[in-house]
Amino acid sequence: MKKTVWSMCGMCSVRCPIKVEVEDGRVTWIEGNPHILKGSLCAKGSAGVALQKDPERPQQPLIRSGGRGAGKWEPVSWYTALDYVAERVEKIKEKYGSKAIVMSCRGGPWQDLIKAFCHALGSPNFTNHDSACGRNVHHASKSVYGLGRKGFIYDIAKAKHLVCFGRNLLASLRVAEANQVMDMLDNGGSLTYVDVRQTLTGIKATRFFQVRPGTDYALALGMINEVIKQEAYDKEFVEKYTVGFDHMAAFVEPYTADWAAKECGIKVKKLKDFVSEIGQQRPKVIFHPGWMLSRYRDSFYASRCLHILNVLMGNIETEGGQLFPKGPGDCGIKGLRTFSSNVPKPEDKRADGVGWKYKHFDKGPGLFHLYYEAMMTGEPYPIKGLICYRHDPFNCFPDVATQKEALDNCELLVSIDTHYSEFGWYCDVILPESMYLERETPVATQKGLKPRFIYRDRAAEPRYNTKPSWEILKMLADRLGFGEMFPFQTAEDMWKWQLEPTGYSIEDFQDKGFVSLSDTPIMYDRENLEGKFKTASGKIEFVNESWENLGIPSFKPYESPKKPPKGRFRLVFGRSPVHAHSHTINNPFLHELMPENTLWINKRVATRLGINEGDWVDVIGDSQMGTIRAHVTEFIHPEAVYTVHGFGRQVPLQSRAYHAGMSDQKLQEGLLLMMDEAGGGLCLCEKFVTVRRSSRNPRRRVEL
Amino acid sequence: MNKYMLYLNSKRCIGCHGCEIHCKANKDLPVGPILCEISHEPLKSVKGVPKTEFFFRSCYHCEDPYCVPICPTGAMKKREDGIVYIDEDACIGCMACAGACPWNIPQVNPATGKAVKCDYCMDRVDQGLRPACVTKCTTRALKFVTLQVVES
Repeated sequence: MKKTVWSMCGMCSVRCPIKVEVEDGRVTWIEGNPHILKGSLCAKGSAGVALQKDPERPQQPLIRSGGRGAGKWEPVSWYTALDYVAERVEKIKEKYGSKAIVMSCRGGPWQDLIKAFCHALGSPNFTNHDSACGRNVHHASKSVYGLGRKGFIYDIAKAKHLVCFGRNLLASLRVAEANQVMDMLDNGGSLTYVDVRQTLTGIKATRFFQVRPGTDYALALGMINEVIKQEAYDKEFVEKYTVGFDHMAAFVEPYTADWAAKECGIKVKKLKDFVSEIGQQRPKVIFHPGWMLSRYRDSFYASRCLHILNVLMGNIETEGGQLFPKGPGDCGIKGLRTFSSNVPKPEDKRADGVGWKYKHFDKGPGLFHLYYEAMMTGEPYPIKGLICYRHDPFNCFPDVATQKEALDNCELLVSIDTHYSEFGWYCDVILPESMYLERETPVATQKGLKPRFIYRDRAAEPRYNTKPSWEILKMLADRLGFGEMFPFQTAEDMWKWQLEPTGYSIEDFQDKGFVSLSDTPIMYDRENLEGKFKTASGKIEFVNESWENLGIPSFKPYESPKKPPKGRFRLVFGRSPVHAHSHTINNPFLHELMPENTLWINKRVATRLGINEGDWVDVIGDSQMGTIRAHVTEFIHPEAVYTVHGFGRQVPLQSRAYHAGMSDQKLQEGLLLMMDEAGGGLCLCEKFVTVRRSSRNPRRRVEL
Repeated sequence: MNKYMLYLNSKRCIGCHGCEIHCKANKDLPVGPILCEISHEPLKSVKGVPKTEFFFRSCYHCEDPYCVPICPTGAMKKREDGIVYIDEDACIGCMACAGACPWNIPQVNPATGKAVKCDYCMDRVDQGLRPACVTKCTTRALKFVTLQVVES
């Protein structure tokens, strides 16, 4: 029997809407939801079928029987596993209080369920991966607009110019966005790309600035200076909606285009031409404020300047610019019932210090890495349990050895995941979640010009003894005595409960897989944006007084990044379009396309080191080393070496990914607590590594 | 004459290799055969921007294919509309076709021990659909073109 099931892809965290064809319980075809993506899907999306068939994933709950990380597991029933977790949780609660337990997830549209569970447990310590990802961008956005980084969507397709500072959006693929970029280029738009190396996005650019690593902030300051000097900004918009322009203008005064060009190693004429071009094209100019900007000590300030450049372009709530995402409220519809609305919020202060020690940071998910500090010091109070849902801190955060040391102070480590994460391999219990084609997820809201509710239905029955997260958490909640806060037994009950205030039912989703809340795009009146900016002044704040009062300056004097010592290089990392960080490396299809990563190294430098294309090279941190093949190219800055993140996995049951390639985060020793104090993001590109031609390159054949 | 052609708009192609997996997933292929290929030349600086273009290659469905007559069992066939395909029941996996093909296009499917190659997803085409690689192309860079004779 054939059927069509509406779902959302789970291969990466973009979660593209998909249409799944199923024949006799077997998934035969996955395509992008034709109503939204016209069928388009990336390689990872199609490789979902290979994931479903892959036996190299946890097939039933597992309880550790050897030492942590020894890889000895006892397969147990769901009842045994959940009873075990509940019992350990109760013990920690008794000894240290509920707040000693941290719950973490990846973030995204369903994190409310995890947050609600954490709060129901009585712990304020809900967190996610973002301090190793987009926190700097998020906090920069908050300090300028009072809105988080999802406070705007980018109308790229209708823009005249898109400027990306290392935002490699054609490799870190979001299918809809990639099409917007290509549409913009087809319509004659310009793309300016800034990076330390050339990328899949950069090859489509009309202008390319290869900058010295760590100088993004300098370039952004130089751009602001030149925009002001050429009077290339929207004076009316700035006058009407912003505060602190004069202060900013005075601050950027010494950071001229000539200075920036010299600092970044680019041509000043090219920079000035760029500014005159955007001066003509505004307001249809978008500066992408960055995504994964946990990179340098000043990434928060670099991102803040990119937000500011958008404001100077006056690109807000105008076609081809930054648009406010509209929600159900803008359509006169009540929003979904949230899980956390049914749960009292714990009163304890957070152990990561967010909200009391760090008052300017967003309390939502806090900052994960700071829990390691609490685990190590017992301050402000001991952390004794960590439950990670679909989140692998060992692949996300730097310096795995130090993480393990901190975790050894915990009495319970649980991984709820669809695959063996490296963290899971070190845990006490693995609770296997059904992969995305085998499970339902709660209804989610997707804000936009035409907001919608969207859901993921179960396409196929689980191949192994796995369960969806909502069911795992519900069963755990029942055991811990707060099951009534999650008043549903089936996915249908859950959807009904969520949708109740909206007036919709899940049957309304059957035609297209989603419910559109508006037939036409909703735009606010650009002349009347009062109340839209959630800062203290209600305006866009070039200078944020409240943050200044907390000791966070709105601009900080530029410090030139350290030059790596001789023979060493700054290790930078990025994405490939065929992998979603670490969790697709073992996928049979995707592994076949890209089984290993390589080390990009500048040609001139490589020649000096005797390294040729394809040679094995040793990449050495302090105590850790990885060996991969070199990719020798002139299109990377000589101070940097680059690799794709996610490789070098060490879970033996993932036979394809096991020790294939090199892990950047294991080399990032000493960076676990190196945080940008203003933005909360880690500084993951602040590691110098030694590179040498490996002795693994054979000189002669000794065997027959 | 061939009725169809796969065309890649290289300006829109972002080199994501999606087509290769869309194809494998649709044909339920094991590790080994990949029936289409995205490739590119090394980067070259053009007006200060390092550039390259992507190429797409699958079976060319030759007007006069060498693989068809060499097949000892008649498994390799050419349809009226030009699609060159393998009748899997008749294929014995001798791979004479691959030897005859100037581009070595047919590949062994290790799961069946038989030859496999691009057939423009003819089961889909016969249902009025487009090949998998075209239907799901990430940036809609691939097109399935129906050729027309232009009267001069």
